Amino acid sequence: MDTASTPIPGNPLSAARRDEFRVDGPMTSYKDATHYNNYFEFGTGKGDPAQASSAFHPHPWTVEVAGHAEVTGRFALEDLIKPNALEERIYRMRCVEGWSMVIPWIGVPMGEVLKRFKPTSNAKYVALTTVNRPTEMPGLGVPVLDWPYREGLRIDEAMHPLTLLAIGMYGHELPNQNGAPLRLVTPWKYGFKGCKAIARIEFVEQQPKTSWNEAGSDEYGFYSNVNPDVDHPRWSQRTERRIVGDGFSVFGNRIPTLPFNGYADAVASLYAGMDLRRNF
Amino acid sequence: MRAGTGEKGERGVRSPAASQRSFAAAARTAAKRRTSQRLSRLPSPLSPRPTLFRNRIVPVKLAAFAACLLPLALLVTDTLRDQLGTDPVAQLEHRSGIWALRLLLLTLAITPLRRLSGYAQLVRYRRMLGLFAFFYACVHLTIYVAIDLGGYWDQLLADIVKRPYMTVGFSAWLLLFPLAITSTRAMMRRLGRNWQRLHRLVYPAALLAALHFLWLVKADQREPLLYLAIFAALMLLRANVVIPARARLRSQNASGRSRSEWPEG
Repeated sequence: MDTASTPIPGNPLSAARRDEFRVDGPMTSYKDATHYNNYFEFGTGKGDPAQASSAFHPHPWTVEVAGHAEVTGRFALEDLIKPNALEERIYRMRCVEGWSMVIPWIGVPMGEVLKRFKPTSNAKYVALTTVNRPTEMPGLGVPVLDWPYREGLRIDEAMHPLTLLAIGMYGHELPNQNGAPLRLVTPWKYGFKGCKAIARIEFVEQQPKTSWNEAGSDEYGFYSNVNPDVDHPRWSQRTERRIVGDGFSVFGNRIPTLPFNGYADAVASLYAGMDLRRNF
Repeated sequence: MRAGTGEKGERGVRSPAASQRSFAAAARTAAKRRTSQRLSRLPSPLSPRPTLFRNRIVPVKLAAFAACLLPLALLVTDTLRDQLGTDPVAQLEHRSGIWALRLLLLTLAITPLRRLSGYAQLVRYRRMLGLFAFFYACVHLTIYVAIDLGGYWDQLLADIVKRPYMTVGFSAWLLLFPLAITSTRAMMRRLGRNWQRLHRLVYPAALLAALHFLWLVKADQREPLLYLAIFAALMLLRANVVIPARARLRSQNASGRSRSEWPEG
């Protein structure tokens, strides 16, 4: 791990650090966060995204906004982001597989962006779609999921101040393998909810279909909030292996998983009165 | 020197009936061996004091032993050099587990390979491969319990009871355990026919090990399905479905004697 000596690729971004979004303790190294992740469009191995994403072209980028909103159409990425000041937020990221990282993201609150499209009262959910470019994304040739990758949030989740539309990490633009140029970060949900290379945002009335939920509805719920009390049917979610820092890290990585990944104070009220075992 | 005099001492028990059955085959191989012995500088099979390389199987077996230790050696050096990547514990678990499964399938491949090739000596590697499979299964389990779970052991029992992939994985290890401790020649003799019956547990163990892999992957099942396919192919070969009758006959002749000593498995 030679993170200190290797310069981070990509243009640097200047962002105001928001101290209320911080994690005590060490962060995951840039190398680990960018060379060990799931992005099946580039292959199912966790090293695949870093290796197979160099042909991907994230610029120029437009996002199609559609559905129940007064303003819809196709928008350049710059125009979506520019009205807001970039923020840096350090979030925990808990993968549904049982490992976790601590990553400094740069982006803007999704709610601020969505508000400008003036969603109507019929906009109960937000459906997100990842770009579908088989020539640049070799993993799309393998039908492990029903492509393109689709995710979704309830409108109040999408508008929640914790929900971030990220364009950077570690002070720089997102690398291709982490979802360049635009991705979702919802730190209280399992990592797969963080839809990458977002090409389409649609305001919808019905709960949208999502890729992982369709692949295994008993294993991956629509909400997919981090919850140590609701196990994945095949493995426990009670604890996690935390991947942080540099150097030798074979021992002592396991820590308890926290409800809503430690963000219960901020988000638990979104689910008041809901049976979280049924709505997992 | 399977036809030579030295072998009896090394192999131990041998039934007269088996000797008779395999006489023709033995004579044929002996002729072949004589030629190769002239070429090599090995001592004569009649030499009174056996030496280490008296039998050609010994250096090959030593090489196979070393090869079986190689994945462990790489695991240790990669760990010490911090070359296991971002999630080293996951790598340790995966690599030890995959080698347990590979060696287990290789153990199961010995009998079909022997029948197909007619090379009876292959059976002499079976116990070693099986024990190495169990060894890697132990390393795998130890890494999970001691390093990965480290401190959260209350999770272990719940995992084994509640998680099918853990249940089958642990069951596979449990099934291999009695096979490992009864793998000695003495136990083989003591158990007689029951030894063979007991050691049929290796089939469910291999199936459970492959299922353990299949059920833990999140979505991309290609690799575990490949191992399951290999297991299925080995079972078909074993059931004499695929091997043509002539090949079977030939291998029976060739392996006649060892069949009596080394139970089919």
